[in-house]
Amino acid sequence: MNNTDKNDSFFDRLWKLFTSVKLSVALLLTLAVTSIIGTVIPQNQNPMLYQQKFGEVLYPIFEALSLFDMYNSWWFRLLISLLIVNILVCSIERLSSTWKLIFPEKLNFRADRFRKSPNRTEWIAEQSPEALKGVYGDYIIRHFRHSHIETDDTAGYLIFGEKGRWTRLGVYVVHLSILLLMVGALIGSIFGFEGYMNVPVGASENTILLRNSDQSMKLEFDIRCEDFTVSHYPSGMPKEYRSEIAIVDNGKTVLEKALRVNDPIHYAGISIFQSSYGKVPGDKFTVVFTDNASGMRVEKRAAIGEQIKLPADGGTLIIEDFTDNFSFRGHNIGPTFLSRLVEKSGTPQPLILPLDYPSFDKMRQGDYAISIEKIDYRYYTGLQIARDPGIPMVYAGFIALIIGCYITFFMFHQQICIELRPADGRTTVSVAGISPRNRPGIKTAIKRLARKLGKLTGQENKPV
Amino acid sequence: MITSASLLSVITFIYGLTLILYVIAWIFKKPVFGQLATGSMVAAALGNTAGIGLRWFESLQMGYGHAPLSNLYESLIFFSLTVAVIYLYLEYRYRIRVIGAVAALIPFLAMAYASLPSISSEIQPLIPALQSNWLIAHVMTCFFGYAAFALACGISLLYLAKSSYGDPQKGLMARVPDFSTLDELTHQMVTFGFLFLSVGIITGAVWANQAWGRYWGWDPKETWSLITWLVYATLLHARLMRGWEGKRIAYLSCLGFFAVLFTYFGVNLLPGLHSYQ
Repeated sequence: MNNTDKNDSFFDRLWKLFTSVKLSVALLLTLAVTSIIGTVIPQNQNPMLYQQKFGEVLYPIFEALSLFDMYNSWWFRLLISLLIVNILVCSIERLSSTWKLIFPEKLNFRADRFRKSPNRTEWIAEQSPEALKGVYGDYIIRHFRHSHIETDDTAGYLIFGEKGRWTRLGVYVVHLSILLLMVGALIGSIFGFEGYMNVPVGASENTILLRNSDQSMKLEFDIRCEDFTVSHYPSGMPKEYRSEIAIVDNGKTVLEKALRVNDPIHYAGISIFQSSYGKVPGDKFTVVFTDNASGMRVEKRAAIGEQIKLPADGGTLIIEDFTDNFSFRGHNIGPTFLSRLVEKSGTPQPLILPLDYPSFDKMRQGDYAISIEKIDYRYYTGLQIARDPGIPMVYAGFIALIIGCYITFFMFHQQICIELRPADGRTTVSVAGISPRNRPGIKTAIKRLARKLGKLTGQENKPV
Repeated sequence: MITSASLLSVITFIYGLTLILYVIAWIFKKPVFGQLATGSMVAAALGNTAGIGLRWFESLQMGYGHAPLSNLYESLIFFSLTVAVIYLYLEYRYRIRVIGAVAALIPFLAMAYASLPSISSEIQPLIPALQSNWLIAHVMTCFFGYAAFALACGISLLYLAKSSYGDPQKGLMARVPDFSTLDELTHQMVTFGFLFLSVGIITGAVWANQAWGRYWGWDPKETWSLITWLVYATLLHARLMRGWEGKRIAYLSCLGFFAVLFTYFGVNLLPGLHSYQ
């Protein structure tokens, strides 16, 4: 018994904590401040780089705090979760009282609430209170959702009007939109994926490398790149990257489309984006052996992976790999073939064959200087492949956020009161309005209403 | 034939002239100066619009034909126009001219900054990532938001100046609107800016999803726009739910604008997809 009481009070206290707007303000500011970290420290880079940059003292600390992937870290997610709980609890706590305000059982109009209003506007009309009551009453009935007319004890009249109660729901729409965004993001991160794939022109691929991980994933269809072109403006700036893509499902080409930046392909719930491009060496190239003594050239056509016999039976050369950018002693020496040389009487040794420096291998001072020429390049297109089933919910959140903000900030709940008081055969008219939280808009609304009413009964009514 | 660049550098001086006129109107009570200042602001805004239109036309003639919203220079020019337009609406609606001195200073500084030699005013074609109809919606909404926040910050600074002044009813500060009006104007500008910043972030997200395959990637510019959004969200909650007003709101509004400035300029110093120059 005692135990449950304790639990209840703990739960109550927790609930109370999450109903506080102080907590919301603190969480919003904490999220804002901590988010800065990830813009200063580039995220998700090679650990080696971080180690170099931050040294042996800071690196382990930053690593432990997940600062290198902070937006996915446990503490950042915790902050977001706390904010979500905060929003939920606040909304539940306040919705019932808002609901009662929007759908009250009994309308409650009291003239004295309006008499102190700073926007109260007054003028004298020639007509009798009865006549004005007819005209103004009609107007209010037509323009306000709820209205009510009563006779005052001094033989005057009170006309009440009220509208925009439902706009008090706007703030719940905003908060709902944040929840939709978060749930959408969660669905995307659980059921979606994001990765890259390079497809050489003429080839098909179905394996993607997942982003920020070493894992790969197979698609259920193949992506063929028929062609890739880059076009430039006269100034040399890139104008268009364009891949002619075919989707091949079960051996059949089911979709053919030109893929460009800003114009993705959608197939089977998966989206394909033009992301990057590069060059790969074609099937064949020419290996040149230059005799260091005589300067005589011997050329042989070859392909990656092939064994090439050196002239005069001097051993074999295997071209193993190609890279677009090779770093030699800290300098980028551009497109380079990586190979292995097995000389007749020696141990195998790795050989670097940069295309832009054909005499590079002379430095080795072997029998032959080896270089590579006449390669047929092929482009490859770099595709980003993503599936995000959370998108419809995220977009619904976007729409709700815009609508909710508009309602919350630019529409408001207003109650107005027109008081008609006899004054020597004429009538003193006063108009006043109130709105929750004293919205600035009520002042303008009352000014307009006063001008409109004056016009209806022939008064040139310019309230100051 | 007049070029957009030369027209816009003339407009920079008209904003400067407008600034001087608003200050004179503030100091001397003759209404004629106020009317001149307003006329000058209207002329600057019209000229600014003409400059943007002309630049668009020039881009069409060069065979590119994109809206001039694609680099720092063009964004500063558009930002100036949005500040002028929003201010003129405020002046018309509230009949307050003192704020004009702050409001004219912002486009004057922005356009003067745009005319620095380090900022290229050359019309350049759009790189593939920017070739999208979302460009106009995204940039326009963001800059309407930024402009409203800039004005909110200017009004907040007026508030803080007035409140730290010995006797707010004397001297120059007597002509500054009363505290409650300044507070209300700040709030109006912040709510307007918040709606537009939200739409700006959303259009950006939809566009990013179309161009890069993700609607949010924690790129520094995205993150800083979120930080800005969070600061103003804090301000709105503090005001609407905790009843903050006056000085505290003025400080928060300045802090928010600092975040805007960093989103706008500071992010170019950080690596990321948005760092087009």
